[in-house]
Amino acid sequence: MEKHTLSVLVENSPGVLTRVAGLFARRGFNIDSLAVGRTDRNDVSRMTIVVEGDRSLIEQVTKQLHKLIDVIKISNITEEEYVDRELVMVKVGAEPNQRVETMHIAGIFRARVVDLGRKTITFECTGNAGKINAFEESLRPYGIKELVRTGKIAMLRGNKFVSVGGTSRDDEED
Amino acid sequence: MTVAEALVQCLERENVDTIFGYPGGAILPVYDALYHSSRIKHVLVRHEQGAVHAADGYARVSGKVGVCIATSGPGATNLVTGIANAYMDSIPMVIITGQVPTSQIGTDSFQEVDITGITLPITKHNYLLKYPDRLPAVVKSAFHIASTGRPGPVLIDIPKDIAQTKIAFKYPTSVRLRGYKPTYKGHPSKIKEIAALIGKAKRPVIYAGGGIIASNASSELLQFAEAISAPVTNTFMGLAGFPGDHPLFLGMLGLHGTRYANLAITESDLLIGLGARFDDRVVMNINTFAPKATVIHVDIDPAEIGKVIGTNVPLVGDVKLVLKALLPLLEKVDRSEWLERIRSLKAEYPLTYSRACGALKPQFVIEQLWQCTKGDAIIATDVGQHQMWVAQFYKFREPRTLVSSGGLGCMGFGLPAAVGACIGAPGRKVILVTGDGSLQMTMQELGTMIEQGLDVKIVILNNYVLGMVRQLQEFYCEGRYMAVNFRFHPDFELLAKAYGMPGYTFKTEEDVLRGLAEAIDKPGPAIINCIVPAEENVSPMVMAGSGIHEAIDCG
Repeated sequence: MEKHTLSVLVENSPGVLTRVAGLFARRGFNIDSLAVGRTDRNDVSRMTIVVEGDRSLIEQVTKQLHKLIDVIKISNITEEEYVDRELVMVKVGAEPNQRVETMHIAGIFRARVVDLGRKTITFECTGNAGKINAFEESLRPYGIKELVRTGKIAMLRGNKFVSVGGTSRDDEED
Repeated sequence: MTVAEALVQCLERENVDTIFGYPGGAILPVYDALYHSSRIKHVLVRHEQGAVHAADGYARVSGKVGVCIATSGPGATNLVTGIANAYMDSIPMVIITGQVPTSQIGTDSFQEVDITGITLPITKHNYLLKYPDRLPAVVKSAFHIASTGRPGPVLIDIPKDIAQTKIAFKYPTSVRLRGYKPTYKGHPSKIKEIAALIGKAKRPVIYAGGGIIASNASSELLQFAEAISAPVTNTFMGLAGFPGDHPLFLGMLGLHGTRYANLAITESDLLIGLGARFDDRVVMNINTFAPKATVIHVDIDPAEIGKVIGTNVPLVGDVKLVLKALLPLLEKVDRSEWLERIRSLKAEYPLTYSRACGALKPQFVIEQLWQCTKGDAIIATDVGQHQMWVAQFYKFREPRTLVSSGGLGCMGFGLPAAVGACIGAPGRKVILVTGDGSLQMTMQELGTMIEQGLDVKIVILNNYVLGMVRQLQEFYCEGRYMAVNFRFHPDFELLAKAYGMPGYTFKTEEDVLRGLAEAIDKPGPAIINCIVPAEENVSPMVMAGSGIHEAIDCG
């Protein structure tokens, strides 16, 4: 089973996330990771969906997604060159004497301190899934109090685009 | 004008002549606007499920978009079964529901349900109208989406306060949906490839589904089959898409298909799937389905191709356009050997039933019904054994003459669908063939039928049992018959009388021979109650897990 990264452009309309998530649920497709946000255009959102499955399953996922009226474009970027990132925030239990150690680890991963409490320290870190996993494992011995990840976002390298094309419009279907 | 008035304007612009519905509180403004429409006829049903099935029947016979309307809450939820039915059978339909005022949405207010949420998996698309100005564009899009590509139901949910808001009305002339662009024209190189494969094939079989009906491709299918001398089998949804009395016709395939259709598929070296979706009741066992065949699959919905079985030549497009493009490329090939084989399969495994026991057999009733009408009638059915007997023994001649619930298998569909069919095909003879179980699910629509003055003949194959379930229990539960026998039925002749129409009861073949034709030909509605044996099974039958070539005789 391979993981596939799909970049999906959708209408920025209410309910579109439910439509996509509902489709995955009722057709029995598993979402590994899902990140949603608007693009440079107000009327278009972009979902980066990571799905695990063989080729025929991914083909079905793509075709079924295409049937949703609100889905504008789907690109399976897995086999292309792309950059991907994820943001994690981790809150670690750290007594004052442990802070330096954790900050040293953070330095290795180029993570930043975003909050400091009397007994905790919170880092943010970006990178691909592998780096985030490694960062998490390195902090585990100190006791992770809380961890939140955004899910993966991805973009093709170089002169290739996943975009709608044409000019922006704000009066799309609701 | 108000949004409600604009909605009625939009419906008129879409050439809607009939809508089926049931009023209520949240939809009040729309009904008030309908009051002033002289062009739209509103058919008041007895239950919202009747409205949605009637709109479905109307759409199936006319090819137009069926329209139904209901209020919020229970009105909307009562539509759900019918929406699912239309979705499964790809029937073009627009459903309008009232919704509680926007300020009350999400507060569990009186008669509030999230109908767009509920119908998400069973509509092609749906809308909750939040901005009054969007109404014309939403209605235009809804009709466009419902009727193009692979058709399907589209729901528009309109909050009461929005319906009452004043807007400047302008109906859009075009639709702009950047996420929706169906492919109609088949890829030319694939079409050439298909023509070449057909030229080389020795034992081709055409497997044609509901797409033939939806794309009005029956005459192209006939030309195609004759041009390549290939036998044609229909899925249940494809029935009436090919003349039932044509020598190349194999009848229906699959679970209760003819043995010769199933065996022809099994021996075939080229399976040409046209507007069909390799449904589980057709394929049965994926591993033994068409084992020797190269598979061509033409469908307008790309998601159907490769969904169930591997396809050698996939082609996305409208079946009618694809066949039109294909016809000039076909070469005449001598297939007398294959056609001879088909003839011998038909002779060896005919579709038959036993008439020995003296009782009135349901298959005999269907055969006589065909004799009375010679295929020139619209046959609506419900779901169950009677439906399969119609599929097996009624030789449909023209498209859109079978009105039946295929994918969802929805008992209770028949009567309201017959009501819609009768309105959608004025002047046509409409006969509902139903069972004693199915009819009683939506029997209240007899009131609608009489009120509208509709000439629907209701033929009940009455065996006092839920026959299809009984048959399943005979084969899969070792004859433990649980909850299938009715100990009470109304007197259907008296019921007919209560609704002011004639009722007949036929108990023997002689009764049918003597009275059926007269009952059918006499103008006006009637109930024709045929008492048939409970033990009769639909035969042949493919047991679960078996391949279609392993059908058993269970008559």
